[in-house]
Amino acid sequence: MTIDWNSLWNNEPLRVFAVASAVLALASTIAALLRWRVAKGQPHGVIDNLIARINAWWWMVGLLGVAFLFRRDGVIVLFALVSFLALREFITLTQTRRGDHAALAVSFFIALPVQFFLVWIEWYGLWSIMIPVYAFLLLPILAALSADTTRFLERAAKVQWGLMICVFCLSHVPALVTLEIDGYSGRNLMLIAFLIIVVQGSDVLQYIFGKLFGKHLLAPRLSPSKTWEGLVGGILSATALGAALHGLTPFTMQQAAAIALVICLMGFLGGLVMSAIKRDRGVKDWGHLIEGHGGVLDRIDSLVFAAPVYFHVIRFWWT
Amino acid sequence: MFEGLIGQAIVTFARTLTGAHAWWRAPLDARGKRVYFANHNSHGDFVLLWSCLQAHERRRTRPVAGADYWNSNALKRFVGGRVFRAVLIDRVKREGQDPVGQMAAALNSGDSLILFPEGTRNQTDARLLPFKSGLFHLGEAVPDAELVPVWISNLNRVMPKGELIPLPLICSLQFGAPLTRIAGEDKATFLERARNALLDLDPDRNHDD
Repeated sequence: MTIDWNSLWNNEPLRVFAVASAVLALASTIAALLRWRVAKGQPHGVIDNLIARINAWWWMVGLLGVAFLFRRDGVIVLFALVSFLALREFITLTQTRRGDHAALAVSFFIALPVQFFLVWIEWYGLWSIMIPVYAFLLLPILAALSADTTRFLERAAKVQWGLMICVFCLSHVPALVTLEIDGYSGRNLMLIAFLIIVVQGSDVLQYIFGKLFGKHLLAPRLSPSKTWEGLVGGILSATALGAALHGLTPFTMQQAAAIALVICLMGFLGGLVMSAIKRDRGVKDWGHLIEGHGGVLDRIDSLVFAAPVYFHVIRFWWT
Repeated sequence: MFEGLIGQAIVTFARTLTGAHAWWRAPLDARGKRVYFANHNSHGDFVLLWSCLQAHERRRTRPVAGADYWNSNALKRFVGGRVFRAVLIDRVKREGQDPVGQMAAALNSGDSLILFPEGTRNQTDARLLPFKSGLFHLGEAVPDAELVPVWISNLNRVMPKGELIPLPLICSLQFGAPLTRIAGEDKATFLERARNALLDLDPDRNHDD
């Protein structure tokens, strides 16, 4: 049996995952060298955390790879599950009362699955307004029916915020596969790959630049680790990464760079917003599901803020 | 065998639904006689606590529960008696009963116990009800038992009283250091100390509700 390497290389998703695996393999090798040379096999906070993060990345890339195998259905199911885990972390850390039970049950068991079902049947007109309009009206009605008025507006806002962030915004990621772009049909998964690589790449590059050159804290009250050096280095290099990846997308190189810059900035600012919520609740991480990263929401906070903007930029100018 | 499978199914279900995560604040004597005492908001409390124990510890750990509830039908009798091996206490006071004796006998035969010293589910807005005296008398009857406070967070939000649909929120269990034994301590002082040890484990203790 001979393997036709050319046709494998021409399979776009496979090529992306081959390159991603190569990058992770390089990262794992560097981390192993650091453990050997710097930590000398002893426990070392930063290096152990780095290794845990890289291992989690292997898992996340693997899960995305499995989802991509099932194409449209795969990414919708994957992001519905991620959305569920994120909403669970969000509501867990949010103080709600017994009177919110019905509204929360509707959020978890109706709004969330219906949102991803609407994306699946490509009913843009409804999925793009269901949570901002109908859930927005229905959930406070349910809370009011419970007759508990303590901190009412605050509680209604928290439930709505959880749905907007963890379900509505996140659902724009799989919704990218439903966009119809001239001359790009069948390649929409690569829009998702571009978004995730650039935004998560920006997070990783900010971390690396911050660890190597970080001196001036950017928002000490929000985050003890975000520095100006990390921000500038990370976002510029992620923008360059986006420009280099324009071949995956319907964008020209300049367009890809501009879009990458916008989504990196949105991702960074989203991370600040989500940090502000965590600080207010007195926690460092949203959860502990992903070793080295914290919770699911810690990993996807930047994606959540970037996805809707990215979706609408493409929908407005490319469809 | 069958009981074991049901037990495993219950553990998997409880941990998936609640995403439960146990935090052990202090090392414990692996083979000591142990009494876990916890806050009680929901029928699911002891299942969750039981599910968060390591398998070998879980096998020897029995909840202390009301006989009226667990004897009320055949299914509950099977689950309570065979799967959880509950130490059933008759809550109606009668002549010749010795609940502390029952619990002490279980501890002395090598089992651990799960006890809810509030005596009933807390359905008030108070974080913790006053303790009943059982924990004190048990400590007197079995002086070498480790009394381990366990704070259960969020389970009352997963399934508040009167609701039918559980919410998939993440629960956490804080296992604290065992109470130190102070010779000659009177009942009220002991119970207050035990209650404070439990309250101190609440990660949300500084947030008002």
